[in-house]
Amino acid sequence: MTQPLVAIEGLSAISTRDGGAPVLRDVSLTLEKGEVRGLVGESGAGKSTIAKALLGILPSTVKVTGGFIRFEGRDLLAMPRRELSDLMGRDITLIPQDPQTALNPARRIEAQLTDGLRLKLGMGKAAAHERALQLLDEVQIRNPERVLNAYPHELSGGMRQRILIASAFALNPKLVVADEPTTALDVTVQKEILRLIRRMQEAHGTAVIFVTHDLGVVAKICDRVTLLYAGKVIEDGATADMLTQPKHIYTSALIAAGPRYDRPNAGLEPVPEAVFRQLRAEIGIAERRV
Amino acid sequence: MAEIVTTTADAPVPLRSLPMKTIKPLLREPRVVIAGGFLILLLLIAIFAPYIAPKDPLEQDLMLGNMPPVTSPGAEPGYYLGTDDLGRDVLSRVLYGSRIALTVAFVAASLSAIIGTLMGLAAGWYGGWADRIISRLVDIWMAFPPVLLSVLLVAVLGSGLHSVIAAIVIIDWTRFCRVVRAETMAQARLDYVMAAETIGFSRSHILWREILPNVAPVLIALVSLEMGIAVIVEAILSFVGLSLSSDIPTWGGMIAQGRQMIHQGWWVFVFPLIALFATVLAFNQLGNGLRKALDPVMRR
Amino acid sequence: MTASDLLNRLFMAVLTLLGVAVIVFCLLRIVPGDPIAMMISPSATPADIAALRAHYGLDLGLPQQFGIWFMDVLKGNFGTSISQRRDVMELIGERLPATLELAFAALVFGVLAGGVIATLGTLARRTALDPALDFINGLFLAVPDFVWALALVLLLGVFWPVFPLSGRIDPELSTYFHTNFYLIESLLTGKFSAFGDLIAHMVMPMLALGLPLAAIVVRTLKEALAEAMVQDYVLLARLKGMSPIRLVLQEALRNAVGPTLTLTGVQFTFMIGGTVIVERIFSYPGLGNMAIDAVINRDLPLIQGIVLTFGAIFILVNILVDLIAGWLNPRGAAHG
Repeated sequence: MTQPLVAIEGLSAISTRDGGAPVLRDVSLTLEKGEVRGLVGESGAGKSTIAKALLGILPSTVKVTGGFIRFEGRDLLAMPRRELSDLMGRDITLIPQDPQTALNPARRIEAQLTDGLRLKLGMGKAAAHERALQLLDEVQIRNPERVLNAYPHELSGGMRQRILIASAFALNPKLVVADEPTTALDVTVQKEILRLIRRMQEAHGTAVIFVTHDLGVVAKICDRVTLLYAGKVIEDGATADMLTQPKHIYTSALIAAGPRYDRPNAGLEPVPEAVFRQLRAEIGIAERRV
Repeated sequence: MAEIVTTTADAPVPLRSLPMKTIKPLLREPRVVIAGGFLILLLLIAIFAPYIAPKDPLEQDLMLGNMPPVTSPGAEPGYYLGTDDLGRDVLSRVLYGSRIALTVAFVAASLSAIIGTLMGLAAGWYGGWADRIISRLVDIWMAFPPVLLSVLLVAVLGSGLHSVIAAIVIIDWTRFCRVVRAETMAQARLDYVMAAETIGFSRSHILWREILPNVAPVLIALVSLEMGIAVIVEAILSFVGLSLSSDIPTWGGMIAQGRQMIHQGWWVFVFPLIALFATVLAFNQLGNGLRKALDPVMRR
Repeated sequence: MTASDLLNRLFMAVLTLLGVAVIVFCLLRIVPGDPIAMMISPSATPADIAALRAHYGLDLGLPQQFGIWFMDVLKGNFGTSISQRRDVMELIGERLPATLELAFAALVFGVLAGGVIATLGTLARRTALDPALDFINGLFLAVPDFVWALALVLLLGVFWPVFPLSGRIDPELSTYFHTNFYLIESLLTGKFSAFGDLIAHMVMPMLALGLPLAAIVVRTLKEALAEAMVQDYVLLARLKGMSPIRLVLQEALRNAVGPTLTLTGVQFTFMIGGTVIVERIFSYPGLGNMAIDAVINRDLPLIQGIVLTFGAIFILVNILVDLIAGWLNPRGAAHG
């Protein structure tokens, strides 16, 4: 058997700000090359913490207390700063959540799209320009010359997200971390963006970690799903299996509660309180004094 | 300077319940304690200057001109900080100088605060024409460089303590007006004002009993900052000889005198400058400390 | 900034300048005494006075008087200085370049020093240097230009005398100039010894004016940079391998510079006011120094000319700041 692309083993972390409250509890998961993995959970479930750990940008308030993150066998958490920053942006890249704030309003698209090409690959200006045009074509942006010359505020949200996707795939990374990349977009644009990510991922053979709170999105794009609650893995499996034959009561409650693709902002509230009580009991969290 | 507009988001703490509840957080703010302590000491010095000063600040003794401070060789005993070219005791003059500085600080800052607050409350609470006229007035005021306006005013009003105070008030009421207006408008949108209205209190009753106590914390901090500005403006005008006649000891006047003969004796220049600097810094730090300590949002 | 915005700003500027003119006019009419007596040389005959009285229309109502006065002002006719017995415009023309050179030098120093310190502080955030810097800057913020100037007199003039204490240039060197912009002229014509001497004279007043500005720039810019540095686009650029210094300069600075620039503009106008006292302290022969002499001598025509000149500069600077802010921020153009 070949080595998995990413292997997270027994990862635990606490928040130093919250009086040492656990944010990750013994999380393990593996990701194969070219696989699209959904990380699903409500806010505070730990999905963003895992994403940040993969990108090496954990905030100073989060402290890892145990476990490893292996990327192609190398431990990301123990890697020297220089090696890590060499890896980031080349082999592991990010598609951010909000295209409004993820593009620098003061710089033209071309400069931002070619940053990685020039810094990581040492491309010249002309070569980077050619590659940028090619990338924009790949994400189906018409008249790419005009777009390259534009400032972010001159483009729509969907257009900006396409540019961010192009930027994430520009260096043929092995892993793309997509941090709820469709939450800030209109429903119609969401579909196109999901399809685009899937196509780019297939074309480049890239593995994707897809962070979301939306099972509908998962159903659309992910091969496998990891469901988290309060920093713990609740269920892990192939998307189709999990959606049709959920093993955990929380999973079935979520499916039943149905924050679906066509109702992206419906939220997770309808999950019965009894399910949460059982979850907390399983994980071992004291009852919340709300 | 950044605009000091703060808004109490919810449940404001009216200043009526001032005594212990308000003073405690003040004492926890080191800047307030240190700067406030220094200023109280300075006030005592100003009041009791005749008893504290070792010499008469106006007494000349040409035989004892330009004596260095006691730490230097050749000092004259009894003249701790040396003498100026006319043989007047520098220490006594610095102590007496606090009288003018603090008089201007208190009178000018209080008058600017009263006028500016009344205008700001009127503009912020009654709105409409009052607001339009007052705001336009403030805009025109802001188009003048302050130092130049003060010089122009002193030119028109003539020199002297009254002109200095009048010039400061005429220029700086806008500082209070702008902040109070913005703060009043912010307070007027809060629920407790609506509650008071439904009870049936009159507009003016709400303004004085509900709004003003909540604007007061910002105002108090601003008054302290303004006192520092007033001390500086007085010193500047004394320095250029537009404030008081030269036989009344002022820090600015002493500094100007010391500047003329700086190569003969640095002490005439340095000691009033230190007094001026410490006083301005104290008012400034007290103001910033009060702002932080009294601001309910920042305190939380 | 669009063309209509610009027109609007220009219109407001003209309006404000008119307001300033009205106030100056009124203030000078409250002054006890005959305004004519202030505008003529003491040697004038009664016939001269009568002619002037008719010329200024002092027998007319106040609005007409204002009209005549204002037309004269527009033509640049501010009358004759009482104390110096020379044309006011001519005197201003001699002194203004010195003040402008000083003010711009102080502006450049304040912005550069403040910008560099804010950048270094941003690079050093989450280290012990950061709170130390904030504390020192807090003290600097509390010290006004007047006190700075005096402290500099003491430090660099007396205890460690490296710079000349007063004046603009060594009198022996000043006869060679064709314009009153000594600094610029000496640089352009390659008179480097004169240039060095001008700079040496300028250092202390420039520091006195520039240090308070630097402190304000540090505080505002550092806050704005801190806000920009946590944006997603900075994170993305960091992931792409951009160096910390480039992150600050290329990614954050341009987005952070807006509020600083606006504030710098406001502070620059205050600084032009501050030249009055700082020039006095260093006996620098600029417009501000002359303003104080004019006030001491109750030279009303000169005061009026100087105040209007300062007012015009003040308003001009504000327009320039708006223009630059609009140009620096591409979003402003779209939403603007």
